[in-house]
Amino acid sequence: MSQPPATPARAPLPKQNILLIQAAKFIEKPSAVVGLLILLVAVVVALLAPWIAPQNPYDLMQIDIMDNMLPPGSELMSGQIAWLGTDSQGRDMLSAILYGLRISLSVGITTVLIAGAIGATVGVAAAFIGGRFEAVVMRIVDLHLAFPSILIALVLLSAFGRGIDKVIFALVIVQWAYYARTVRGSALVETRKDYIAACEVLQLPRWRVLFRHLLPNCIPPLIVVATVQVAGAILLESTLSFLGAGVPVTEPSLGMLISQGYSYMLSGKYWIAVFPGVMLVVVIIAINLVGDRLRIVLNPRLSS
Amino acid sequence: MTAYLIRRIFQALFVMLAMAVLVFAAVYMLGNPVDALLSPDSDQIERAAAIQRLGLDRPLYEQFGLFLWNAVRGDLGTSFVYGIPAIEVLMLRLPTTLELAVFAMLLALAIGIPLGIIAGMRPGSFAGKTIMAGSILGFSLPAFWVGLMLILIFAVTLQLLPSGGRGETVQVFGANFASLTLDGLKHMILPATTLALYKASLVIRVCESGTREVMSQDYIRFARAKGLGFWRIVSLHIFKNVMIPVVTIMGMEFGGLLAFSVVVETIYAYQGMGELLISSINRLDRPVVVTYLLFTTVMFVVINLVVDILYAVLDPRIRLSEESA
Repeated sequence: MSQPPATPARAPLPKQNILLIQAAKFIEKPSAVVGLLILLVAVVVALLAPWIAPQNPYDLMQIDIMDNMLPPGSELMSGQIAWLGTDSQGRDMLSAILYGLRISLSVGITTVLIAGAIGATVGVAAAFIGGRFEAVVMRIVDLHLAFPSILIALVLLSAFGRGIDKVIFALVIVQWAYYARTVRGSALVETRKDYIAACEVLQLPRWRVLFRHLLPNCIPPLIVVATVQVAGAILLESTLSFLGAGVPVTEPSLGMLISQGYSYMLSGKYWIAVFPGVMLVVVIIAINLVGDRLRIVLNPRLSS
Repeated sequence: MTAYLIRRIFQALFVMLAMAVLVFAAVYMLGNPVDALLSPDSDQIERAAAIQRLGLDRPLYEQFGLFLWNAVRGDLGTSFVYGIPAIEVLMLRLPTTLELAVFAMLLALAIGIPLGIIAGMRPGSFAGKTIMAGSILGFSLPAFWVGLMLILIFAVTLQLLPSGGRGETVQVFGANFASLTLDGLKHMILPATTLALYKASLVIRVCESGTREVMSQDYIRFARAKGLGFWRIVSLHIFKNVMIPVVTIMGMEFGGLLAFSVVVETIYAYQGMGELLISSINRLDRPVVVTYLLFTTVMFVVINLVVDILYAVLDPRIRLSEESA
């Protein structure tokens, strides 16, 4: 990556100030800070799961079928305490939840990165090129958004089969349109500004104007949508897994764990389904709290 | 206006055709239905006969052409599992899902409108804040988990309501309705609540912002100055103005409600269209899956078309800008 010579228009100081002001504004609301903290803890815990989980729930050497369906707080054959109980295979639920969180978060984040990149490119291109191309693309986006994402993803997955990569692929297909619409909206506003006119006067190549000048200025609203969509992707993935069309049994996400616990719930063994669900809900709420605050902080109309 | 209408309808037809291609392609990848239909120890001759009977030995384009021609005539094949036309299988389940969706929609409105108006009238108050926080919760909770929790609380622990199934139904005009019997209603409470939760949060948000907007208008101040009572202001001025966006959103969200019934019906073993889709996917019952998807597509396209046309009728700016484009 070769950096182009720094232009005087992009002095570093004001930019840092804006970031600081925005950070200060974000902190003003306690619920957003709590959300962010929970999210950070969740990410760290998910990353460290193999090292901090009491056992590896998918290593058959470490689990004992004699431990199955123990209520929370029971002692396992190995002498460990299963604080959240065990499932039908004798796995410690706390460990299963930590590993599940890892899969749920990585599916959510990967989806958003890929779908965001595709959607943002399509959206900014539509606004910049305009004409027939824009009309066709936006019509597709409208149609896409009119259809419930759960149905599209369900059909795609029943065609592809199970697998983490397939889930991500299906979620990307479902989600790109949200970014395309958001980015096009902000790009339409940006293209009318003077700096784009200046770029054209300088006769910069179009792709360079598009990716180096227009796209970076459309990022703030994109961040807001992306945050909320991480929650959306995790929710959708867990719903699909619950319906039996998501991740494989060997790599269970939180949704998969809930689905496995579902059949035991009617007989009163609540912990298998309830605790993964609590984890899922806490993470989703944390993301939504952060997203809610970012929407206000990053909106130039509201910040003045 | 006529030109706009024709173009819109033409677009809708094109969308349906595109969806037909996609659905056909996706379902073609679903797997070989013969494997699901025949017992594992059937011989080659039985297999070949089954393949020929289902038309699976013909070239792909021929299968698609035939599929499209039959679909236009309303014949979407015979269900592999039930042995009757797929469209009939779907129609048998349709009233169940519609009934549940309508019930859920009414529930969402009954919960959402009053709470939204209260939150909008007193934005900073404890009640207002609690309601808005509750609506964030409603957006965040996964429907299937809410369903599980409701079963755990009301069916397993308290044993007040049934955990699944449809209960007693009454036949009216050839369709079974559960809302006409007490037992059926009891079976409907939990699924409908689960389905309604997300929409109720949406209604709360829309009503809240609508009410806040209306509250700052002059006519509310004049109504107050005139000495109108609290209820008169709410019912005459606020409620009516807030209803416009609510009705719009509910129209658009009804389709989403039908789609989400897939999840809710699976949890509660509620024998509707959504449960049919899941079980048909699992049993590789291709015609039923195709019928479900095409039916849903047509429904969505028609809903969108009607909404667009209504907007064009109501707002001249839309059709003028479209015509000049």
